[in-house]
Amino acid sequence: MFIEGILAFTLASALLVFGSPDRYAGKLATGLSLVPLVGSVLMWLDFSSGGNALLADGNVAFQNTVDWFTFTFDSFELTLQWNVGVDGVSLPLLVLTTVLTTLALVSSWTPIDARQSQFYGLMLLMEMALIGVFTTLDFLLWFVFWEAVLIPMYFLIAIWGGPRRKYAAIKFLLYTNLASLIMFIGMFSLIFGLGDAISTLSFTEIAGALRAGELGSFAGMEAETLRLFAFVLLFVGFAVKVPLVPFHTWLPDAHVQAPTPVSVMLAGVLLKMGTYALLRFNFTMLPDVARENAEIIAAIGVLSVIYGALLALAQRDLKRIVAYSSISSMGYVILGLVAFTPHGMGGATFQMVSHGLISGLMFMVVGVIYNATHTRMVGDMSGLADRMPWTVGIFVAGSFGYMGLPLMSGFAAEVLIFIGSFQSTVIGNAPLFTAGAMFGIVIVAGYLLWAMQRTLFGEFSVETDYEVGTAPVHDIAPMFVLLGLIIVLGIQPDIIYEAIQNAVNPLNDPLTLAVDFFTGGELQ
Amino acid sequence: MTDFGTLPDWAALGPALALISTAFAVFIVDMIRPDEPWSELLAGVSLTGSLAALGLSLWYFIAGTGQADWGGAIRLFEGTLIVDGMSLFFATIVSSVLVLVVLASYDYFSGHTHEAEVYSLMLLAATGMVMVGMANSFVIAFIAFELASLPSYALVASLKRNRGSVEAGLKYFLIGALSSAILAYGISLVYVATGSLQFDAVTAAISEDVGGIFALGIVMILAGFGFKIAAVPFHFWAPEAYEGAPGPVSAFLSSASKAAGFVLIFRVFIDVFPYEAVSNTVDWVMAFQAIAIVTMTIANFAALRQEKVKRMLAYSSIGHAGYVLIAVAALTGDASGSFVLGSGMAHLMVYAFMNTGAFLFIALTEHWGVGRHIEDFNGLGTQAPFAASAMTLFLFSLAGLPIGGGFLSKLYLLLASVRANVALLGVALVVNSVVSVFYYTRVVKAMWVEEPSEDLEIESQPVGLYAALALAAVMTFLLLPGFGAVVEFANTAAELVTP
Repeated sequence: MFIEGILAFTLASALLVFGSPDRYAGKLATGLSLVPLVGSVLMWLDFSSGGNALLADGNVAFQNTVDWFTFTFDSFELTLQWNVGVDGVSLPLLVLTTVLTTLALVSSWTPIDARQSQFYGLMLLMEMALIGVFTTLDFLLWFVFWEAVLIPMYFLIAIWGGPRRKYAAIKFLLYTNLASLIMFIGMFSLIFGLGDAISTLSFTEIAGALRAGELGSFAGMEAETLRLFAFVLLFVGFAVKVPLVPFHTWLPDAHVQAPTPVSVMLAGVLLKMGTYALLRFNFTMLPDVARENAEIIAAIGVLSVIYGALLALAQRDLKRIVAYSSISSMGYVILGLVAFTPHGMGGATFQMVSHGLISGLMFMVVGVIYNATHTRMVGDMSGLADRMPWTVGIFVAGSFGYMGLPLMSGFAAEVLIFIGSFQSTVIGNAPLFTAGAMFGIVIVAGYLLWAMQRTLFGEFSVETDYEVGTAPVHDIAPMFVLLGLIIVLGIQPDIIYEAIQNAVNPLNDPLTLAVDFFTGGELQ
Repeated sequence: MTDFGTLPDWAALGPALALISTAFAVFIVDMIRPDEPWSELLAGVSLTGSLAALGLSLWYFIAGTGQADWGGAIRLFEGTLIVDGMSLFFATIVSSVLVLVVLASYDYFSGHTHEAEVYSLMLLAATGMVMVGMANSFVIAFIAFELASLPSYALVASLKRNRGSVEAGLKYFLIGALSSAILAYGISLVYVATGSLQFDAVTAAISEDVGGIFALGIVMILAGFGFKIAAVPFHFWAPEAYEGAPGPVSAFLSSASKAAGFVLIFRVFIDVFPYEAVSNTVDWVMAFQAIAIVTMTIANFAALRQEKVKRMLAYSSIGHAGYVLIAVAALTGDASGSFVLGSGMAHLMVYAFMNTGAFLFIALTEHWGVGRHIEDFNGLGTQAPFAASAMTLFLFSLAGLPIGGGFLSKLYLLLASVRANVALLGVALVVNSVVSVFYYTRVVKAMWVEEPSEDLEIESQPVGLYAALALAAVMTFLLLPGFGAVVEFANTAAELVTP
């Protein structure tokens, strides 16, 4: 009942904030958001289960299953369920969601100056839906939350965004809604293909039936074709969300127009929905298809890494730079997932969390700079280090995190992914793909160092007439929290990596030669 | 005839009796102060009557009246009227809609010169709609249809000084009269072929040699029903009538009147013209498949191009008729009949709340004097956040997004069409639902995202309209977690009808 409690409390807080006066909405929402935050951390401390929630022998923490209602077909019943629970993959993402929401709420105090109660209410509503996405284990219920994320996000961009907000918001809605439709068709063709082999839509049951090869034919497609068909639809549906090249064009528009805290949520958590779903659906339910097409998927991943980084290199707007570099970082996740090795998949999951923290931090920094200077153009400012020492310090630290400086979480994530993809027996020519992806880091370092050099250092000058001074404490504090988390996870990745490993190892090929990179011991 | 507890058999007509006696009660109340209508009392009496009808329908259904446990359907008047689960299911829909519409009318028609007449016409029309669900003979069905239609014509034209309202009323009347004529002619042809008007007797008389005349009769009956539910290609009156009619009347017609058309389609085509018996002459499953797909597609694409919200909702309601038609179009025999039929009934139940709610929001804007175009709704979200939130819920639920019952009822329709091996219907349903997201979103966007125009000033928060909106919104939302009850209700009701 713990998860239900968090969901219900977040929903109730959202409604409460909707009804509160604008003046107090920000503080109230932040205060209320501490409850799901503390709740998820308590879950984390209490968490000890191993295994993957989708596999039959996996053991799911905080699980609660209640029958919702039953469709009675002729000889068979399909029961829809309320089914929530977490495992080592979803719990880190759940904690990431609650942490980032609270910090994003604090970072909204400065930039959001109109219709506050609606803004904060929608943010909490979105948090509720995101918690639902990461904790539900029934397809229909999960889809309810998955769609419910879009509605607040649409309003958050469309009402509080930049000058072209309406265009960006409708583009976001169009892309992601069409993607949901494609994914929905893919999933339902599997469900219909399974026919009487399943009696609920629980992930575990669907995954079990699919992995046991119980897929029948549907709509004139034999099981083989149907598997591939569904895999492609699911992959495309989720790829839009991630986003992977070539489905990424909504992302820069949405990010640039969205206000800072919304960008933080978008890059920090919403993108992870896509990779999380890829892991749960494509790589867990249909692993055979993923293995058969591993090279193609790995190539898409590497293409996203390189192309995203090159696009970032070409930008002049700081926020666009960070936005495009997200595409690049998400490419690593795909490469790690498709490797089907313990460190590949584990590193990919670790990267979801790590990138959530780092990109959240970067968007916050850019937001603080924009609040002070009212410009984000690289050419319009220089020498900010003089006036905003704290902010600039964090910018530099965050950028190094992005580049993968050792002892920061980005390093741990990327090294794990590279080890994993190097060892992969599934991807043909795995070292070649890995080397290609590694090259991305060079470009990342290139554009971040270049941008920093032009904006932060040198003689102070700003093209706008605003007085540039130190940012208020409530703008700086959340960034320090994020930076702290990034460093802690960089020094001691096992805090979450152990749980992640327990959850993803059953999905992977057992390695005989691999040595655990951090402990030096043999892997089981 | 059948065991009906301690009550006499005629008490099974309770919902209809409650409505018609309330209609007369309203006339009597109006005589107290004929010059100056007593709004509170009129609305109160009408509300009590419609709540009584709703309560009776639900109570009878829960108690098992007319269902298998109680000895099957209750037949009255030589079997010309029948009360079973199906009748009660649709009586529930009609009276729920009536409750909402009466609540809204309290503000909308307050001070109207013929206030009492409006209420009693609504009650009379509702009586007709409930009777349609109880008809077991073509004569009764036709009379009940007329009882529902004639007051509706007057209701559409009830704003006598409004040119649009009068014009819509006239158009609705002319088309309605035409469709009644077609229906009557179809009935007469079936009578010629089978020598009977009572449903059971018609079915019994169907044999191999009833040929061309009988087939023509079925086709004309189908066309007549097509007009009543506003299915393409018999739909062209609906946008005109719904747009011109006063808001609450549009809500009433697009929800309740449509349900009444559907109950007769379900009963007549499943019970009276069983597919196995008539498929050599008229393959009505195939016909309904074509009509369903064309209706959904044309209506949704037409709605995309509308600039007036009410007209857009009118097209959306035509589109929903297309979705509900899946229930008959998927009766291929590959899935159990009650499962397939239940999908359409469940959707009608959810639709009754979300569609009525959406039209009542339009009634509210008419009450405020807000314009009819989408851009006139700009900024309503900041001016009237509660009402705009409710409208957002209705629209998203109509679109099938998972924040209201509409998501699950569409999912049920999808399951039904796939289980019945007509996946094409399911594909049409899904694609059209996605198309519909765009035009519903336009309204939502106008209300919340766009800047309000300067002269938009909303001061009043009419009690009745707000209460109706709140009620409809709560029901639309509750039907998401509570959809299981609707499915059970619909399946139980459908079991007796389907073979």
